Order: sequence, then C-alpha cells, then structure tokens
Amino acid sequence: MAALPPYASPLERAWAWAFRALCALVFLFLIAPILVIIPLSFNAEAYFTFTERMLRLDPEGFSLRWYDNLLTFGMIAPDAPRDAAWWADAWAHATWVRAAKNSVIVGAFSTLLATALGTLAALGLARSEMPGRKAVMAILISPMIVPVIISATGVFFFFSNPGFPLPHVRLDPFAVGLAWDWRLTSTYLGIILAHTALGIPFVIITVTATLAGFDRSLLRAAASLGAGPWTAFRRVQLPLILPGVISGALFAFVTSFDEVVMVLFVGGHDQQTIPRQMWVGIREQLSPSILAVATILVVVSVALLTAVELLRRRSERLRGLSPG
Amino acid sequence: MHLGTLLAATALAAGLAATAAAQEVVVLGWGGAYTQSQVEAYHKPFTAATGIRVVSVDADNPATPIKAQVEAGNVTIDVASVEYADAVRLCDEGLLEVIDHAILAPAPDGTPATEDFLPGMLTDCMVGTDVFATVYAYDKTKFGDNPPTTIADFFDTARFPGKRGVRRGAKATLEMALMGDGVPADQVYSVLATPEGVERALAKLGAIKSEIVWWTAGSQPVQLLADGEVAMTIGWNGRLFNAAVGEGKPFAIVWDGQVYESEGWVIPKGAPNLENALKFVAFSTATEPLARAAEWISYGPPRASSAPLVGVFQLDGKTPMGPNLPTSPENLTNALLSDLDFWVDRDAELNERFNAWLLAN
Amino acid sequence: MAEATLTGPTALRTANGTPLKAALARASRRARLRAFLLVAPLLLFIVVTFVLPIGQMLHRSVHNDAFSAHMPALGAWFAANPRGTAPDEAAFAALAEDLRAAAAARSIGTVGTRINYEVPGTRSLFTSTARNAARLAPPYREALLAHNPDWGRADVWAAMRGASSAYSASFYLAALDLRRTPEGAVVRVEPGQRIYGQLFLRTFVLSAAITLICLALGFPVAHLLATLPLRRANLLMILVLLPFWTSLLVRTSAWIVLLQGQGVVNNVLVALGLVPEDGRLALMHNATGTIVAMTHILLPFMILPLYAVMKTIPPAYARAARSLGATSWTAFRRIYLPLCAPGIGAGAMLVFILAVGYYITPALVGGASGQLISNQIAYHMQTSLNWSLGAALATLLLAAVLALYWLYDRLVGIDNMKLG
Repeated sequence: MAALPPYASPLERAWAWAFRALCALVFLFLIAPILVIIPLSFNAEAYFTFTERMLRLDPEGFSLRWYDNLLTFGMIAPDAPRDAAWWADAWAHATWVRAAKNSVIVGAFSTLLATALGTLAALGLARSEMPGRKAVMAILISPMIVPVIISATGVFFFFSNPGFPLPHVRLDPFAVGLAWDWRLTSTYLGIILAHTALGIPFVIITVTATLAGFDRSLLRAAASLGAGPWTAFRRVQLPLILPGVISGALFAFVTSFDEVVMVLFVGGHDQQTIPRQMWVGIREQLSPSILAVATILVVVSVALLTAVELLRRRSERLRGLSPG
Repeated sequence: MHLGTLLAATALAAGLAATAAAQEVVVLGWGGAYTQSQVEAYHKPFTAATGIRVVSVDADNPATPIKAQVEAGNVTIDVASVEYADAVRLCDEGLLEVIDHAILAPAPDGTPATEDFLPGMLTDCMVGTDVFATVYAYDKTKFGDNPPTTIADFFDTARFPGKRGVRRGAKATLEMALMGDGVPADQVYSVLATPEGVERALAKLGAIKSEIVWWTAGSQPVQLLADGEVAMTIGWNGRLFNAAVGEGKPFAIVWDGQVYESEGWVIPKGAPNLENALKFVAFSTATEPLARAAEWISYGPPRASSAPLVGVFQLDGKTPMGPNLPTSPENLTNALLSDLDFWVDRDAELNERFNAWLLAN
Repeated sequence: MAEATLTGPTALRTANGTPLKAALARASRRARLRAFLLVAPLLLFIVVTFVLPIGQMLHRSVHNDAFSAHMPALGAWFAANPRGTAPDEAAFAALAEDLRAAAAARSIGTVGTRINYEVPGTRSLFTSTARNAARLAPPYREALLAHNPDWGRADVWAAMRGASSAYSASFYLAALDLRRTPEGAVVRVEPGQRIYGQLFLRTFVLSAAITLICLALGFPVAHLLATLPLRRANLLMILVLLPFWTSLLVRTSAWIVLLQGQGVVNNVLVALGLVPEDGRLALMHNATGTIVAMTHILLPFMILPLYAVMKTIPPAYARAARSLGATSWTAFRRIYLPLCAPGIGAGAMLVFILAVGYYITPALVGGASGQLISNQIAYHMQTSLNWSLGAALATLLLAAVLALYWLYDRLVGIDNMKLG
C-alpha cells in the first residue's frame, strides 16, 4: 500500500485513492466521538452541542464550571471559602471524589490479586507437562466470554447467600470480635473478588503470550550455573516476562476501572465507583459533568495506552523481535 | 504476597464500617427533585436533631430492590419510599416490618396521628408521606397559541406533532391511555378489568408507538422535555413543577386525565438499623416536616394538620404551593384516584402483558 | 522391541539403580504435579468466584420452591394422586389448610406469585381467599368455590400440581414461548405473548449485522495498517487502540451526545440544510443507536486479529499472482482473501460472541426496539423479580455463547487470542 507499482492502471490508482478515503472515514468514525466530547466538556452552557460562541472561539463560550462541579457536587459546604477545610470536605464528601477513590481501591486490589494468581497460573500453563491444559485454559478465559449480566447475577445471589450448609453464619476465625456475616455483597472484598475474576483472562492471555517467546534453555543454563528454581525465576525469567506481566496488570486494572454491571449488582451504597456514578448520571440526568469525567478518563486511557505500547516495544526489543 | 495486606485492609474497612453503622440510617428514594425535597425537609433536620447520619440512595422504583434484597437475604436498606399498592403487596408477602402507629407524633393540637392522617395514608407497614400525580406536561415553545388542554391531545400527534415521553410500565400508563381514548375517569377500572379493555389501552398507545420515547427513572422525562427530545411527556407532577418553576424551564402541566395516589415510608424486614429507621420514620412524618416537604416539591401532605402550614415554593421563594398540589380542588376536575386493590392484584400480570406488547413490533 | 529392552532384565538403570523408565515416569509425574500446583490456586479461585455462582444461579432455572415450601398439605395430596385425578374434598381441605397457614405466615403473596407465572391473573385468587381463610368451613369444596369459582379451573389445578414439585421445566417452557395445557401437552403461547423467541432472534440478527459492519469497516483498515511502513502503521494503530482503551461508558455517552435529537449529528445536518428543523432524525432510542454505538465499541476487536494475520502475509504472493496474469481482483479473491480467513474468523467470532451478551450500551441508547436479550434478563432479575425465568433465559444465552466459544476454540484456538 505504501506505493503503487509502476504498472498500476488508472483504475487501480483511482481505487487506491478511494480505498484510502474509506480508511480515513473509518479512522474518523473511531476517533471523532472521543474527540468531540473533549471541547464540549468546556462548554459554558448546559448543552451537549457546540454553541455559537464556542464555534467563534469566544473565550466566554468556554468554562471550567463542569470540572468545578465534579469537586463540589456532594460536598457539605461547597460555597465556603476554598481553604484547607474546603479541600478536606471535597476529599471526604464530594460524590465524584469518593467514586474515584473507590475505583482506585477496587482496581488496585483486584489487579494485584489477578496479576499474582494469573502469572502463577500462566507459568504452569506454559509447561508442556500441564495436564488438561486446553480445558483449564478454556475455564480460565471464560470470564471474558460469558456475558457479564450472567456472571453478575450469579455472583449477586452467591455472595448474598452461597447456599452452603452455613448460610448467614458469622465467621470470626480468630475470635476477636471482628466477625463477618458470611456475605460479600455490599462489601469492598466482594467487588474486589468479582473484578479479579473478570481481570484474570487478560493476565493469562498476555503472560502466556510473553512466555511463548521465552527460551526455556535460559532456565536450564541458570540451573547449570547453580541457581535454584526460585532464583532462576526471579533473576532470569521474571525480568524477561515482566513487560507482559505489567501489561496484563494494566489490562486487569482497566477492566476493573471500567466495569459497571458487577458493581450495580454486587456493590452497596458505599462502593459507588466512577462507572457506576456515570451510569446513574447518563440514565437520569445527562449533565455536562459527565463529559468532564469522560474527558478525564480519556486522558487516563491515553496514559495507560502509552504505558502498554512502551512495554510492548521493550518486550520485543528484549526478545530480539524488532530492531527497536 | 499482597494477600495479607488485602485481608488486613478489608478487616480494617469492615471494622470502620461497623463503628459507622451504629449511627446511620440508609434511606432509599426515587432520585432527582423528589429525593432533594426529602433531603431538605427530612434528612438534614433529622441529622441535626439526632446526630444520626442519613445515607440517601436512589432507585427507579424502590419497591423492587426491597423485594430483591429481602428474598436474597441481603438487606442494606433501612427505610424506603414506595407507592401505596407496592407497600400493601410487599406487606402481604411478609417482606416489610410492621410499623406500630403509636410511635407517630400527634398533631400540634394533640390530635392522635391515627386521626390526623388522611384516610388510607396509614397501613400496617406504611406511613404516608405525600400524594403525587402522574400527569403530562408539554414544551410551551413548541405549541404557541394552540396548546394541548386535554388528555386526548396527548395521543393526538396529528394536531400536536412531536415525540412523546411515556413511562415504561403498565401502572398509570394504561389508565391514561384509556382516558385519552374517551373513557370517563369513573369507568376506567371496570374497563381495564377486562382483557378487551387492556387491549384497547394498548391499541391507543400503539397508535403513537413510533413517536414514544420510553423512560424508567422519574428524572428522565424532565430531562427529555428540557433537551427537546420530546414535545410532551408523561411524568410525576412534582418534578415537572420543580423544573418549570424552580429552574424556569418552559413546561406547562395539563391537569386533565391525571392519576393520583399516595406513597410513604416502609421498613424492609431485616433492616440493619431498625431502631434508627423507626426514629427516622417517626421524625419525618410529624406535622412540620411534612409541610416543609411540600414546599420543596409539589406533592400534597398526608396529614390534615400539615395542609395549612404549607407556604411558598422554597426554590423561588414566592410561588404559593397550594394551587399546585395534586390535592388542590381545581386540579381534580377530571382526575383518577389510582385503584390500589386493582394494582395490588394485577400489577405483575399487566406488566407482563405490557412488556410483551412493547417487545412485539 | 524398545519396550522389551527397557522392561527386560537388562533395562537401563539410573545411577542409584532404579530402572530408567520408572525414574522418568516419576520425574514426569512430578513435573505434571508442579505445573498443576502452579495453576491450582487460580483454578480454585475461578471455580469459587465464577463457576459456582453461575452454577447456583442456573440451578434457579429448574428449581423454585415458592409454592412447594409453603403448601405442604396440598403437595402431599398431589403426590398421592396421579395427574388426571379430579380434585376431591380431600384436595380442597388440604388447600384450605395451606391457605390458612400461608395467610398467617404472610407467605401467601409468594405462593400466589408463583402460580401467577403460569396462569396470569390468579395472584389475587390466592391473596383474597387467604384473607378470608379463617372463615372457611367444611365442606371445603363448596366453601372455596362459593368464595371464588376460579378454584374449579382445571388450569389452576394443573399449575398448582406443576408447582408442587420444587423442580420443574416450566421456566424453560416460558423462556421458549411455550406452555403446558391442563392435559399436559406442550403448545406455543398465543401470538401476542411470544416475546423471547423474537428477542433471541433480534439479538442474533443485530449481533450479526454489527459483526458484518465491523468486518466491512475493519478489513480495509487492517489491510492498510498491515501494508504501511511500521512507523506510520504504529501511529495509525493508536487511533484503533485509543477507543479500545477508553471506557465503555465514555464511548456510550459520546454517542448519546452525537446521536440525540438535539445532538451534534442532527445539528450539523440541520445546519447544512440536509434535514429540516422539524424532521430531525431518530438516531437513538432505537435499534439504530444500538448498532452504531456497538459497532464503534467492538470494531477494535475485529481490526486487531485481522491485522495480526494480515501482517504475516508476504506481499510477494499477490505480486506473483499478478505476474502470472491474474487481475488485481482475482489476486485478492484467490490469494489474499483465503490467507486472511483465519483473521476474519477470529475477529468475526469474537465480535459476535461479545455482541450477543451486551447489556450497558443497548440499555442506554437502545430505547425499546434496540433492547437485547441481556436487558430482558436484567429486567427479570431486577424489576419483575421472576428470578427463575431470568435464570432460564440466562441459561439459554449462556448455552449459545459457550457453543460459539467452543467453535472459536476449534477454529481459532484460545491460545491465539491476542490483546493490543
């Protein structure tokens, strides 16, 4: 596609240009919706369309009021002077700030859990001796395939009441009075566990892909030089597969950070995350604040995408797959 | 491994939650302007008076999460606002706590609560908070000098072109369709009790089906009308009034062929903070808070002693609320009182039929 | 021969004297165990947090004890008398006894709701009779029939018999738009009530349409990316990956902003004079909204596998075909397209599988005509609270998705799934 061969006929040249135009339109389709919301989030009016003043690039047509609204909405005293107490109020009570904190807490813990368990399993799956490899793999990938409405309803009922012989038994294994009503709905732990399951397929896929390119003779070389299995893993294998592990972790984080159905079913009023708050906002009252959140999330995804791309290139360079 | 950290953090969070739970009450409302009115009239004064934090959460219809939570054994809600028919049904199914009317405050003149509340406002499991109406409103900028005035006009897209917002549910929608088709208010339920009557209502809706934008949450119709997505919409009178008078939206409410009914507080069986829940219900249904609530949204108060105390609209400080309440005589010329027994028995069945009709093209 | 050598008296032995075969077997058993132990924690985790919950939920599709748990006396009568026995005085007495008990225990609403699923409109039969159950006196047959003649209906008794066992297939029948007649025959429900068949059909048709549109849009782009020089391809790839990494809710709200009546697209069309002010296009709250937004969200899942396959096709093949006299169309059709087939298969199946289970986007932009089967499952789980019917629909959807997943594994192989 780079250049047409000299023997191309006029018809082929016309076709080549039409083809490029078509591709340009598809790229526009992919990217325009994301770009459109960014300027609209700076709209001075409560409209979802470009006002005349915006089109004239009149500074009056733009404002940061919707971003400000993200901070003040839900605060106890939003109109107080903006001193330390005001910021403390925003940090503790503003609806979107709380949602962001919840999203980060749930995302971070489920990512840690998914990455640790997933990497361990991928190491096993990469071994040719693994019994029933294909079947196990199919089960571990299935959370990505099963419609989330099915897993979310299942988890809701199961976490409310697992139906084991001990329903509603209060578990207090250490008898320290921190008993916990064997019920995971409306708890952080419940959402973290549910999100971990959803993130695991991504860790498995990226880490097994990285391990496929890993030369196992390196481990034997390490062993022959006297390294135990743990040292060989830590000093030889882990550094080489680390880019895959980190990008798997990023995928798991994004999966949790973006997930809403599970939160709707399993989360309680204390576990409102950003997507959950957006879902409520879009359904009930689409205010431009939603677009301000969306713009911030786009910036976050650009950062994550950049991180993954850099990791991918580093991994390819380490494995000698690409010149750079 | 980080598992230890996780468990420690979770244990900590659980511990914190346990101490916080001792002084809170979780109240489930309908969202939007209605919840706002309850926050101003009940939640804030309650917290000020007792120190108990009120956690306000919303649902499209609080009756459904209650049932789901109690049956799944996962109750997180202490108090919920539900419609009368739902309160009776949930109570029948053993999903609600029975509320002793003796805890309710008497009127300022000493009249006991049981006599002060209007008929039908107190049941075994529900304490009434207000009377609301399902009405329709139109966008004044779209119809100029010849605006719609009757319920039949809502279904007349030839004379009044434009999209219509309608709630995705059978209750009130079917009644309004029949009244739009010329059935007098006093005959609506006898017609609707027959299969032919149900089909007649659906046929009336079917005639404008391609023009209907369906909504599920109470704040959606207000948004649809404000954004110009629809020219007229069925909605709850209080939210439409608040948008029109409070926010200056060009809406006009048509008081013809509307359906009115009551709603109130219920306590789900197994509520985690039962004691606080009872305190909250007793506090918020005293004469004074009920009158204040009617100043934040145009829903009628359920106590005889509250009515004279209702003043002006809090959001603009001047509009008298009396004439804008669904219980005001001038608004009741052609209105239908929702038949509670009818909906207690037929709700599931008619919603099923309604959904089948909706999904069929 | 080799067997004989190894197991025979002259078998090779390791340094410490164990036969080599046994040592090898033990080593390989150990290796297998070690591999399995690495996977075991995760497998256990997925089973507990994912497989068991789904299994328990699916169990609800065949199990519902709302009636059987609260109506024991009537259940005993049904067990003692085979299908077809006309209800006698003993049956009515059992019914009256259960009604009284259920009224006292406030479980009558649950019982009535269960029968109401099968015979619409009978919930009130149970609740109103139960309210007066204390006053019922023998002979119960006459007393109940006098209270409400519907107690004599054969379909009510057939439904009660069906529900007197906690396990039944009736929710699957309902999910397939079928019902059982009082005589026990399975027939289709009336045309006005056939909804789920239509909804499954719509889900599959819309998903197929979305898959085809994704293929039509994704193929040229993947081809362009695969044939451009690496540096420029990487730049353009960002345009594909950015939407992929952007939140689903962000993209859905972007489409709402674009598509609504007063949205950007309609405003541009009106400003250009292509559409009159009062004739704004209905681009959302219908199937169009669902298709457009879902195509945008799923397109990267088509482009990425296509690109992965196309990058491996040497351009020399097409050139060779041309030099042998093929037109460019023939070279594309006979050489390039067959080589792309694995990518097309992988992308199309992935998009289709994901589309079939979509919930959030149709719920927000689909209106009534753009709803998919997932939305109906959510409706039964959250609003109508007919959990057993919701579970039956979920089981059918899950079966379809797992069949597609199995096919995907056979055709593409889950090992070959790539991200980014």
